[in-house]
Amino acid sequence: MPDPIIKVRDLWKAYQSGRVSVQALRGVNLDVPLGEFLSIVGPSGSGKSTLFHIVGGMTPPTSGEVIVGGRNLSAVGDSGRTELRRTTVGFVFQKFNLLPNLTARDNIRTALHISGQATDVFEKDFLDILALLGIAGRLDHKPSEMSGGEQQRVAIARALATHPAILLADEPTGNLDTANSLAVLKLLRDLNERLGQTILMITHNNEAAQYADRIVHMRDGVIVETSTPAGRQALGPVV
Amino acid sequence: MIFRLVFENVRHRPIRTMLSVLLIAVPVTLILALIGLSNGFLEDSRKRSAGVGADILFKAPGGSLMTFSTGALPQKIVDLLKTEPHVVQATGTLVQPIGGFDSINGIDLAEFGKMSGGFTYAEGHGFQTPDDVLIDTWYAQQRKVHAGGKINLLNRDWHVAGIVEPGKLAHLFAPLASMQDILGSTGKVSQVFLKLDDPKNADAVVAALKVKYADYGIWSISEMQALISVDSIPLLKNFINVILGIGVIIGFAVVSLSMYMAVLQRTREIGILKSMGATKSFIMSLIMAEAFCLGFGGTIVGILMSYVAKAAMHAVAPASLPQAIVYTWWPIAGGVAMGAALLGAVYPGMMAVRQDPIEALAHE
Ligand SMILES: Nc1ncnc2c1ncn2[C@@H]1O[C@H](COP(=O)(O)OP(=O)(O)OP(=O)(O)O)[C@@H](O)[C@H]1O
Ligand SMILES: [Mg+2]
Repeated sequence: MPDPIIKVRDLWKAYQSGRVSVQALRGVNLDVPLGEFLSIVGPSGSGKSTLFHIVGGMTPPTSGEVIVGGRNLSAVGDSGRTELRRTTVGFVFQKFNLLPNLTARDNIRTALHISGQATDVFEKDFLDILALLGIAGRLDHKPSEMSGGEQQRVAIARALATHPAILLADEPTGNLDTANSLAVLKLLRDLNERLGQTILMITHNNEAAQYADRIVHMRDGVIVETSTPAGRQALGPVV
Repeated sequence: MIFRLVFENVRHRPIRTMLSVLLIAVPVTLILALIGLSNGFLEDSRKRSAGVGADILFKAPGGSLMTFSTGALPQKIVDLLKTEPHVVQATGTLVQPIGGFDSINGIDLAEFGKMSGGFTYAEGHGFQTPDDVLIDTWYAQQRKVHAGGKINLLNRDWHVAGIVEPGKLAHLFAPLASMQDILGSTGKVSQVFLKLDDPKNADAVVAALKVKYADYGIWSISEMQALISVDSIPLLKNFINVILGIGVIIGFAVVSLSMYMAVLQRTREIGILKSMGATKSFIMSLIMAEAFCLGFGGTIVGILMSYVAKAAMHAVAPASLPQAIVYTWWPIAGGVAMGAALLGAVYPGMMAVRQDPIEALAHE
């Protein structure tokens, strides 16, 4: 079996807020193979986002081993984490987080620019992604001129523009209505199935979690259970 | 792409951008107006001294180029100087500053006319009574008088006998004898102009005169022209340095404040950029590029405003304040503004760079 793209061993994370120290993660173990679509569920404050932030190189682990795309995050510094964000992971957030002054196209171009890629023309395979996301015609609009669903699809496009090995989506449907949520979930499934995109998705919604290949359940900073979606087959064939 | 990000940021805060640019423009305008005024004034005095038609200027011992010691020379010296080799004409004038950059020059109209080629009268005629003055067209415009009108100078009313074309020694002239009377300098003059048989002899004559009249202030007019510069007036140089310093401080403070606010307002956007893998140097260059834009905009607006200042000065006092546009100072004033702007952006830039990406993203 090839090395997992994400390997987490006995990961602890403590946040210092004032004089009290909050243990956000207390010994997380997780392997994610390349090409997997993983859901993470759990009550508020259970450490889901914290796990993402460490795996995505936004903050260093306090202790334990975290290897992402061959990079040992316990050993790298700030610039190593920046490099990881630049090359290996793409973030999608609940609040879309598009740059408000820029059009969808310029948001995407900014991501390309930061990762050191050409920004004047989009590559063929990225155009396919735009078509799949259904936003090819909305590229010259600013976030304020788009619906939440459209904004989130642009955010996904921006996250994928640089071909990251891993897409980290923290409650991507949390701010969307049912119809848009469904569309985004189906898109993530499509991206995973058609392009083999590795996706980790945090969700509060049990039905949303079912779109993944595997669901991990977190509580009080640890993974308490791993399950396979019940109706996995009913959603379509998993190749 | 950096340009795009910066441009959109600048464009989306038009009030902040405009205010910053305007504030940076103020010292730029100040610098350029001051330099313009100094150069304009010096250029004007150069032209006017050339307009006298003399080859040598002769002043009392210790006399300097840019100052006048009223009535420091006995008028008899004029006749003595006339007897010097190569000297074909000599005429003494009595100078009395009247505030601002202006002065009244007591002249012997016939002698002065002979040396300078005579006044060109726009209105009126030469002196006829001791109360007559001649003024040039600039001064007439500034004081809004015509030939035949009255003008108050040195606490007495003068009759404007004529209005002459500018460019000869000064803006205002009175009969030498009247000036000597008023100033209590009977038989005295401030300076003597000498005209030679050939201007080429000026240096030799100056050298000869310096031997005979040691300690007197003696310059050839061409030497004097070269000496009339910003560097020859130490106070002016200091003043310009002070204004440059003020420019640096204003530019620094304005951009510091403006960019500090911008970084606070854009905390979340900085977090977004960081989540995409933006490096410290990328974030820093964004802030710097924006500061550069503010500094550059301030420079352009400052230059434009210096033209406005020039027009305003000209409208208020056409004779006293001839402001030149000195192109060579544009890069200096701009460099000061932009250097200060970039310096001012350093701290806000560090603030942005140090931002924790998670906290920045949590920012509302
Ligand atoms: N930057 C921080 N500083 C201090 N404490 C933090 C910080 N980030 C998270 N925490 C704490 O760590 C714990 C885990 O937070 P985390 O955001 O990972 O939970 P979560 O599972 O994502 O919750 P939610 O479902 O509400 O998003 C919480 O107790 C939280 O208060
Ligand atoms: Mg969370």
